[in-house]
Amino acid sequence: MYNYNDFDQAFVRERVAQFRGQVARRIDGSLTEDEFKPLRLMNGLYLQLHAYMLRVAIPYGTLNAPQMRQLAMIADKFDKGYGHFTTRQNIQYNWPKLRDVPDMLDALADVGMHALQTSGNTIRNVTSDHFAGAAADEIEDPRPVAELLRQWSTDHPEFQFLGRKFKIAVGASEHDRAVLKAHDLAVRIVRNDAGDTGYEILVGGGLGRTPMIGKVLNPFLARQDLLAYVESVLSVYNLLGRRDNKYKARIKITVHENGLDTIRDLVEKRFAEIRPTFSGHDQNLLSEIRSHFPEPDYQRGSSEGFDAFYRADPAFRSWVDTNVTDHKNAEYAIATISIKAHGQTPGDATSDQMREMADIAEELAHNELRISHEQNVILPHLHKSNLPAVFARLQKVGLATANIGLISDIIACPGMDYCALATARSIPVAQEIATRFDDLKLEHDIGPLKIKISGCINACGHHHVGHIGILGLDRAGVENYQITLGGDGTQDATIGERAGPGFAYDEIVPAIERIIFAYLDLRQSGEETFLDAYRRVGITPFKDALYPAEDKANAA
Amino acid sequence: MSRRFTPKIVTANALLEGDVVYFTAAGEWSRKHSDAELIDDEAHAQLRMLDAERSPGIVGVYLADAVKGDSGPKPVHFREAFRAKGPSNYPHGKQEEENHV
Repeated sequence: MYNYNDFDQAFVRERVAQFRGQVARRIDGSLTEDEFKPLRLMNGLYLQLHAYMLRVAIPYGTLNAPQMRQLAMIADKFDKGYGHFTTRQNIQYNWPKLRDVPDMLDALADVGMHALQTSGNTIRNVTSDHFAGAAADEIEDPRPVAELLRQWSTDHPEFQFLGRKFKIAVGASEHDRAVLKAHDLAVRIVRNDAGDTGYEILVGGGLGRTPMIGKVLNPFLARQDLLAYVESVLSVYNLLGRRDNKYKARIKITVHENGLDTIRDLVEKRFAEIRPTFSGHDQNLLSEIRSHFPEPDYQRGSSEGFDAFYRADPAFRSWVDTNVTDHKNAEYAIATISIKAHGQTPGDATSDQMREMADIAEELAHNELRISHEQNVILPHLHKSNLPAVFARLQKVGLATANIGLISDIIACPGMDYCALATARSIPVAQEIATRFDDLKLEHDIGPLKIKISGCINACGHHHVGHIGILGLDRAGVENYQITLGGDGTQDATIGERAGPGFAYDEIVPAIERIIFAYLDLRQSGEETFLDAYRRVGITPFKDALYPAEDKANAA
Repeated sequence: MSRRFTPKIVTANALLEGDVVYFTAAGEWSRKHSDAELIDDEAHAQLRMLDAERSPGIVGVYLADAVKGDSGPKPVHFREAFRAKGPSNYPHGKQEEENHV
């Protein structure tokens, strides 16, 4: 993984020192809150409902063991002993004190991390496939390109005051695990018929108030042109994007209002201007970055121990079947650690859990961890013979839940339990759905299902692309939950369809239950997933299940 | 006919901890909702806002609806109820402090 060089280290330390001064001036009254707010946001510091919140960037979700241990240390020393992994592969601390934040940032810098550009109208943390470097279906590891974009976008003088935030994701596989089509800009590494690799550039995706699926701006960009082209897109957006209305300021609206062809023409024009100014330094840098992402030094050995354990231990077998994915190396596996034990807060890990994951990674898994946008932690490189030991260690710290991709593997934003923007709670809804279906012992029978919950229209919980999406709103001073169905966040990205009127807080779990029982009744076999069944029968049977009384009224 | 004024309290967050605070009749800041001054006159509410905004160590002053309770004002909207108590997934925030008393 990428290690900071002297320049990176000096830059991050200087920014911490600047922020330390700004915090001191805010506390002594030299800076007003209006003056201070943009400065703290540049450093990822929000003021939320009950406390400050510090959002720390985890570039493309990649961490090593010392970094994870440092996140645990920060949780213990400056917060309440836990952290919250987010849908943008970041970690948030919910209870920092203003005076402590510069020390927290210094502690992050000690392990090559920071909180820069995790807020504000800039290019945010670049995200990627959480299986990068390990997936069998990828053309190459997408992270060097993500790192190049991170370095290019960090403190880029032209893009510190965009009309609105700008999110970039990078992928390199046929299967999209990074929700590429819901990003302002996505880079997909592709191979053409001639066998050359290049970039497909998608633009104008996004969820929130006006959900849009990203569109192909350029189907095949030559590799040496990436930064010049992406800079051209940003440059066009910076000038053309609306600044009169924050709800119409994202690039998805710019693309929608001006048309994809106009945007493409403007980008090409700008590209022609700035391309000659890219002299190849970026390509040298990319080569240098690639050297930070070598293949793991694979361990060779028999997987007999694994096979015997798999046959003998049903709990281990269930975990492997649910949480373990094929690795590109047949002797290896990718293990997803569920941060969604039934009844727990999705994405919250205690400092003890973080330390155990760090130790496992260091001792048994090539010192690598990933955070997924689905709020889980991944051990991307595990020799199969190590799986039983890893499972046993995870069990001891409550991290061995076998529920990846199932009904209780729910994405939930912090909602009104923490977030100042939220209009309703998300976390307890997720907790109750998980607990309910665990009690019913139906989870594995229901099979693959993605429930995603947002506590406001901004859609941090990705509800539009949930197979079942739940959006919490404030309806006349009462929490109310709208359901969308049939959303999909993969390469077949689809915005879910609204099922009808919303449900009160105490009605939402029974409503989800009715949807699930309708699915179990109408599916053709245990092999037909919820999403497949929905695509076959459409929304009507689910509406009938959700609103039975209305049905009778219509019939009368 | 002018609309009836819904009683209000003045609330904000503390600069150093970010904790929710309430403006009392004595012009001090309390961590407890029930200590807040319940204001039932619009002009007085505006005056108290001006006083509150001038006090140091406070961020984001605003007026929130409240009703009279047995021991001081109570929140009306669920958002204010959460602010007065803490998150629902852990016993953190104000509810934690209350348990320690």
